[in-house]
Amino acid sequence: MFERIPEQIRRLAIVFVIVIGGTLVLRYLILPPSLIETRLHQESTIEREVAKQVKFAGAVVCGGCHEDIATVKGKGFHKSLSCESCHGPAAMHTEDPMTVKPFAPRQRKFCPLCHAYDASRPTGFPQINLTIHNPLKPCITCHNPHHPEPPTVPKECSACHAQIARTKAVSHHALVSCTTCHKTPRQHRVSPRRVKPTKPDTREFCGKCHREGSKRKDAPKIDLSTHGERYLCWECHYPHMPGAA
Amino acid sequence: MYRRGFLKGLLWFLSTCVFSRNGVKNVIAGTNPDAPVSTNANGKSTIEGYDPTKHRYAMGIDVDKCIGCNRCVEACTVENDVPPEPFFTRTWVERYVIKKDKSVHVENIANGSDGPKEMVEEADILRSFFVPKLCNQCENPPCVQVCPVGATFSTEDGVVLIDSERCIGCGYCIQACPYGARYLHPKTRTADKCTFCYHRIVKGMLPACVEVCPTGARLFGDLKNRASRLVRFERMNKIHVLKPHLNTHPKVYYADLDGEVR
Amino acid sequence: MSPDSFHTLYELLGSVSGFIYPNELEIRWSILIVVYPYVTGLVAGAFILASLVKVFNVKNVQPVYRLSLLTALAFLLVAPLPLQAHLGRPERAYEIFLTPHFSSAMAMFGFVYLWYLMGVLLLEMWFEYRRDLVVWSREEKFPMSWIHGILSLFSRDVSEKAVEFDMKAVRTITIIGIPSAFLLHGYVGFIFGSVKANPWWSSVLMPIVFLMSAIVSGIALVIVLYMVLIPLKGGRIDMKCLDTLSSYLFYAVIVDFSLEALDFIHRLYESEESIQILGTLIADKLLISLVVIQILLGMLIPAGILVAVKSMKFDQELRKLLYFVSAILIQLGIFSTRWNVVIGGQLFSKSFRGLTTYKMEVMGVEGLLVALAFLILPFIILGVLIKILPPWKASELGEAKTS
Repeated sequence: MFERIPEQIRRLAIVFVIVIGGTLVLRYLILPPSLIETRLHQESTIEREVAKQVKFAGAVVCGGCHEDIATVKGKGFHKSLSCESCHGPAAMHTEDPMTVKPFAPRQRKFCPLCHAYDASRPTGFPQINLTIHNPLKPCITCHNPHHPEPPTVPKECSACHAQIARTKAVSHHALVSCTTCHKTPRQHRVSPRRVKPTKPDTREFCGKCHREGSKRKDAPKIDLSTHGERYLCWECHYPHMPGAA
Repeated sequence: MYRRGFLKGLLWFLSTCVFSRNGVKNVIAGTNPDAPVSTNANGKSTIEGYDPTKHRYAMGIDVDKCIGCNRCVEACTVENDVPPEPFFTRTWVERYVIKKDKSVHVENIANGSDGPKEMVEEADILRSFFVPKLCNQCENPPCVQVCPVGATFSTEDGVVLIDSERCIGCGYCIQACPYGARYLHPKTRTADKCTFCYHRIVKGMLPACVEVCPTGARLFGDLKNRASRLVRFERMNKIHVLKPHLNTHPKVYYADLDGEVR
Repeated sequence: MSPDSFHTLYELLGSVSGFIYPNELEIRWSILIVVYPYVTGLVAGAFILASLVKVFNVKNVQPVYRLSLLTALAFLLVAPLPLQAHLGRPERAYEIFLTPHFSSAMAMFGFVYLWYLMGVLLLEMWFEYRRDLVVWSREEKFPMSWIHGILSLFSRDVSEKAVEFDMKAVRTITIIGIPSAFLLHGYVGFIFGSVKANPWWSSVLMPIVFLMSAIVSGIALVIVLYMVLIPLKGGRIDMKCLDTLSSYLFYAVIVDFSLEALDFIHRLYESEESIQILGTLIADKLLISLVVIQILLGMLIPAGILVAVKSMKFDQELRKLLYFVSAILIQLGIFSTRWNVVIGGQLFSKSFRGLTTYKMEVMGVEGLLVALAFLILPFIILGVLIKILPPWKASELGEAKTS
């Protein structure tokens, strides 16, 4: 039978059998599963990942030993701030509290990382102008970082709402005080998120100055029954910069 | 005639190889490397008392809460030994400034965080905000699809991991990731990326970035746990994901994501 | 990247325009990944040329048949080297064979390459050369007789029937080889074309465009080699062969150009989101390499030359010069095409808001010198192959004096 196969094919077949057979033997009989089985690789990866060292201990752990600080902090503006956000990774400290101490930021340049004024930061987030606000003094001189109330209650709205104040100061409403339109309870200065000022919610409110026939001489007048249909005035006119509708 | 005999012989030879003792195990166990891993060959969980099938991790990001302080990026670098150079990062925060003339300026706040690089007049700003970014741990991950050796894979609890001992450093996954979440680690010369701090979350801790976020802009949770911050987040907010048209099913859910964010 | 080359990256930070994701600064797929599709393209193109002779019976092109096979082999042997050099972990390259992840087009590389090398190219060459190898091993002295003997696998049969069988085998293998060659280079196109994250790459046309430009470059390369080697061996260039080759080159250029123009028009017409950054990419980073080299020098001018040659009657010497110039320009153009695809696709950010720069190293494993070495190496290998497996017999060379 083999004589019927052309000589070339016979010779080639030997080469092919050696190569293919050798490969199959190597792959299925010789190589160990640890080299081939993807499942084993994935498991060992998970094991290696899980065994990695933990550097941040987690906010819940700190209160276990530092109860007094935790209690004070739980009442102030920083109550939802994790201890390690400021003090850095403290897992080593939990394991050897006496020798390994976490970093405690005391310099003026630390707090502005969050609290320096930045136009992209959400309004209402407490921000200060670093150059003007008590220059050179470390922040902790006046603010306890675990209960960071300002030492005195802010007198002006612009203390927290500086960007709005700046905008309004160069607008037509520069001489209209904030409380003219916003009824602000005293408590807002102490608990700004819980107690909020009001916003005018009727057309007649703006109409007090701006309707035809009002006594206010310098305010532009419109016919309240037709101008702007039924919408509230500030849906088009930005009250802090009313010229630019 | 000889052809039939030859083919029969060949078939016999191949079948004995395939169905030999080792071959069966290889064929069965190795057939679907994409099937998520939770147990080893003996059926034991790889972590004491932890059943990955009971969890599905995801992250929520409330864009309006982010203050761009970069604590998250620094915590991640410390927790995961990320190279300190600015060209490799597992997570980053972008600043968007949209001006009144509709032009958009974007920058990575890690490269100089004293305000926007380009001097922008405050009065010109229409909207401005920060957007934290990280690996989206997609449910249909293109990076897993293109890895030639199967070094990157999805776990059963929804995290995409990289086997740094198998990765050959070809860089295909880095090209395939639409979010730029992957990089080639300069020391190991293998691919690397955010792992949701897998080593922390399986022990019930939060990822480092979520842990240190001062405003709670980053939320972490278990989609299979009915009582979790993340589930409430999903209920109360209109959820966006990045690049939905690419059908990667990301598991990082953004609330209040502006249309200009890519 | 070694830590002391971070200074290059710091420099790159300064040349970023707009916004890029932080991990996108470093271009991961370097010049080596430009060289790879260029080289496999030449392999596919040279093989298609060989198939013109055996499958489509274009008799005029017979003189370059063996040369095409040798060229394909020389470049095929070099093809995996740039890939190996570029890996972050080259010592783990074997894993592609052991645990290939079948959803990845790149995992196909090992198998497609091996199949094409062993099952197609080497097999075809063996059948083509077998009779000559047997004859040479009988007539020559050591060591060539010994080398030829081994290569012929100590075959002995040179009867007519055996040679007929050989020729039939060659034809069969070439028929199988055509789709295999398409696969060898087409899958590279698919590797790029299937990346949905990258709008410069993601395209249905990508594998087809890659293939057509491969055919163009392969035919052009064989033209250059033919025009250089025949005079070196003291032979006479067969003008009918050269004219036919150039015709096929022209057809291939037309098809390739049409496909690339179609891609371009389609993109402009649909005007998807990425059109803006891609426009900036071409205008700022790829102006020379795309508009000048790829399109103008690499396609329009050679096409123009070939049209001129076809329509006007030039004399032999002028035609030879024009063919040579076109073929060289085409090589430049196709290399530039690969550059524009690979490097171009990484120069813009996936945020669609910025561009980075590619600073090619000169030294270093992924540098210019290594890339040039990989481009020169196939010619050295080809030289060795021509010595061992001469593509032309003395009678085929003709007399240099009679022209």
